[in-house]
Amino acid sequence: MSSRSIAMNAVGGASRRFLHKDQWVQAAGLLIAAAFLLVAMVLPLYAILSKSVQNKAGDFVGLENFIAYASSPSLFDSVLNSLFIASLTTVIVITLALLAAYALTRSCMPFKGVIRLLMMGPIFAPSLLPAISLVYLFGNQGFLKSWLFGESIYGPIGIVISLSFWCFPHALMILITALSNTDARLYESAKALRTSGWRTFFTVTLPSIKYGLISASFVVFTLVITDFGAPKVIGGQYDVLATDIYKQVIGQQNFQMGAVVSVILLLPAMLAFAADRWVQKKQVALVTSRAQPYRAEPNRRKDVSMLALCLPIIAIVIGVLGTAVYASFVTFWPYNLSLSLNNYQFDLMDGGGWDAYFNSIEMAFYTALFGSFLIFTNAYLVEKVQGMRALRGLVHLFAMIPLAVPGLVLGLAYIFFFNAPNNPLNSLYGTMGILVICTIAHYYTVCHLTSITALKQIDKEFEAVSASLKVPFYQTFLRVTLPLCLPALLEVGIYLFVNAVNTVSAVVFLYSANTTLASVSILNMDDAGDIAPAAAMGVLLMLTCMGVKLLHWLLSRQLINNTQAWRKA
Amino acid sequence: MTNKATFTKLALATLMSATALSAHAGSELTVYTALEAEDLKRYAAAFNKKHPDIKINWVRDSTGIVTAKLLAEKENPQADAVWGLAATSLLVLKGEQMLQPYKPAGVEKLSKKFYDQDATPSWVGMDAWMAAVCFNTVEAKKHNLPKPTSWEDLTKPVYQGHIVMPNPNSSGTGFLDVSSWLQMFGEENGWQYMDRLHNNIARYTHSGSKPCKLAAAGEAPIGISFAFRGAKLKKKGAPLDLVFPKEGLGWDMEASAIVKGTDNLDAAKKLMDFSISEEANRLYNKGYAVVAMPGIAKPVQYFPENAAELMIDNNFEWAASNRTEILKQWQTRYDSKSDPK
Repeated sequence: MSSRSIAMNAVGGASRRFLHKDQWVQAAGLLIAAAFLLVAMVLPLYAILSKSVQNKAGDFVGLENFIAYASSPSLFDSVLNSLFIASLTTVIVITLALLAAYALTRSCMPFKGVIRLLMMGPIFAPSLLPAISLVYLFGNQGFLKSWLFGESIYGPIGIVISLSFWCFPHALMILITALSNTDARLYESAKALRTSGWRTFFTVTLPSIKYGLISASFVVFTLVITDFGAPKVIGGQYDVLATDIYKQVIGQQNFQMGAVVSVILLLPAMLAFAADRWVQKKQVALVTSRAQPYRAEPNRRKDVSMLALCLPIIAIVIGVLGTAVYASFVTFWPYNLSLSLNNYQFDLMDGGGWDAYFNSIEMAFYTALFGSFLIFTNAYLVEKVQGMRALRGLVHLFAMIPLAVPGLVLGLAYIFFFNAPNNPLNSLYGTMGILVICTIAHYYTVCHLTSITALKQIDKEFEAVSASLKVPFYQTFLRVTLPLCLPALLEVGIYLFVNAVNTVSAVVFLYSANTTLASVSILNMDDAGDIAPAAAMGVLLMLTCMGVKLLHWLLSRQLINNTQAWRKA
Repeated sequence: MTNKATFTKLALATLMSATALSAHAGSELTVYTALEAEDLKRYAAAFNKKHPDIKINWVRDSTGIVTAKLLAEKENPQADAVWGLAATSLLVLKGEQMLQPYKPAGVEKLSKKFYDQDATPSWVGMDAWMAAVCFNTVEAKKHNLPKPTSWEDLTKPVYQGHIVMPNPNSSGTGFLDVSSWLQMFGEENGWQYMDRLHNNIARYTHSGSKPCKLAAAGEAPIGISFAFRGAKLKKKGAPLDLVFPKEGLGWDMEASAIVKGTDNLDAAKKLMDFSISEEANRLYNKGYAVVAMPGIAKPVQYFPENAAELMIDNNFEWAASNRTEILKQWQTRYDSKSDPK
């Protein structure tokens, strides 16, 4: 008999009334979680995706639009191109991120804090910054043009480089979480059995992070397949599914065809969900209640080689972001390279000036605050509640959808749903509130997966034992689970903050006269030909995010010291 | 919010309460626009000089985004009026019954092609923006490229791989070019022309201003774009020459309209009256060489003096009704081909 069922038996009888109340609270929590995702994601999506089976007048036409799209000559190219780009980028990003995450969690290499901050660098910057940098570096006027051996940066090469750069921190975050929670006793056993380092890596480390690895792969794959920013800026004529949506929706205002392509883009997410279910059955909790925290031991050779492996990644990050910083000071690239601070006078520029900047910060703050607690609590309910399988499965499925929805589609979906005259929530439309809700929904999945990855590694025995001690589940949640997962929770908060500061694609449809956003102003300045001011605002947002990250690190260090001593033991 | 803004708000509030007794109390207008941000300040200031009791809340973005947003909001329009959006877009909105017809006082003073010819017009024009070729003189010298003077020139082998133009499927400017060639050269010759041009195209971009920006940054020597963007970049220091091909130029106009269902119909009407006034036309002339009211426009830097004569007799209705077919044809011919080297 497993320890859990013993615990459950012990709880039976006397405390049944108590458990009942617990379950009631949990069910309510799950219902609220499902309701939030229903309103913030599923219903708006339905509002737009239902257009895929309608004609322009709104009549039901069955699969007519799908047939029309399938018969268009470029479809096959777009699908193949999308799959190729996504697969290649996923392989590159996961390899590099695994390497980096391993070095950061399992070695004693020096400067870990700085290295980690730098490696998260790409996520702190609006996606336009790396695009500008790549053109400066590898464009026809670029100073490293010869590195491409005559190939053009405008096309698949540019898309893969910029998306690898942009997706790297997303994968790194999930993999660090996966590698942080592990049982040292496995490694002690491996050592006692004189298992070689490589063998230990393949037989202990890899299996223990299987869930994180697969989550990260799907996240990267889906991010790449739905992103239209990079292909639009640097993709040249290389058509992908996401740019097809852009052509239909922005170029031709054909919402019906845009919806058709969106439906096709949902397929990978559904696949991810199925695969996720499959892996989940096989994942075993690694941090049992008897687990020992893993502590890397200094090993000069290993530490130095890890550092050497990390250096090229850091060099690329610094190179790309540094070029963008440089771009923000250049007067007129490439013909007038004199440097000036003029580009930072935002009140003289397009797009809302400093007001937009402060709106962005306010929006990001609310998104991080409400988003991280909401998402983590929901993840907890999905992962740790006993029973109610259908409801938990539903919430988990809902949580996987946002990743597969291009921001462009999400933004329009919000207009159709929230602005409908008969929607009781339509007073939200045009407010800061709708921007916050939309952004939480938009970035829900990665946060959900990070939380689940962290939670999965905590033995369910904690809950069972608490239950046997008649501690209500929410106390276990607040006093055991939450502190155990604090690093992951903080990670989620920062992730939401930086994405909220930098997001464009969805909110571009939702801001109003009083809620202009800095990220949108970057796009508009770039569009108006003010590349240097656009870069300047981008650099300002990047520095803000890094500053917040630093602040968060300083503030949380004490907090983590207090709650995470078990990791250092 | 800055102190200044608060002060303005206070001042406005005082003004509003002072005029509360009159029939048209102070009101706020939500105006959607795709105009340049720097123009918005000038236009609003001029309008407020006349109507200090009407506050304009701008929502500004690129043409494609604003049009998509307006259409998506159809069931519950948020905008009271549109001031500065492509006429092509307003035609789509008119087709969706989303515009409130109104005849601004003095509309007959505008050139005929600059306002809706219905008995009560649904939209009124402001100014014209026209196609132009941005030609980078520095890069041209490097590649030994002569300066083109006509659309036909651009098909010469010497320009192979040196021209960038917007994809008509994603950009209104791109469609403007394609539709103007089809109208000027006739359908058959127009497509043949594009076949030849396609051989020289380095790539098709997704935005209409991008080709000129690429030319300005030296990423491509020649960008087919529009004149206004080229002139602005030249002013900033880009080594550009603006070429206005002699066969004729495709063009579209910026126009204004009232959105049907607005609660502020009176204020919106005042905005329309102002948008076609002589004073407003003088404002438009700062950046645009051709404006709706004849006899007003003064030459604008970097624009040819005969700009108005170069503009083709653009048939907007024809372009709108054939758009889907044209785009499909274009996609079949050029989009599915692999990248030309």
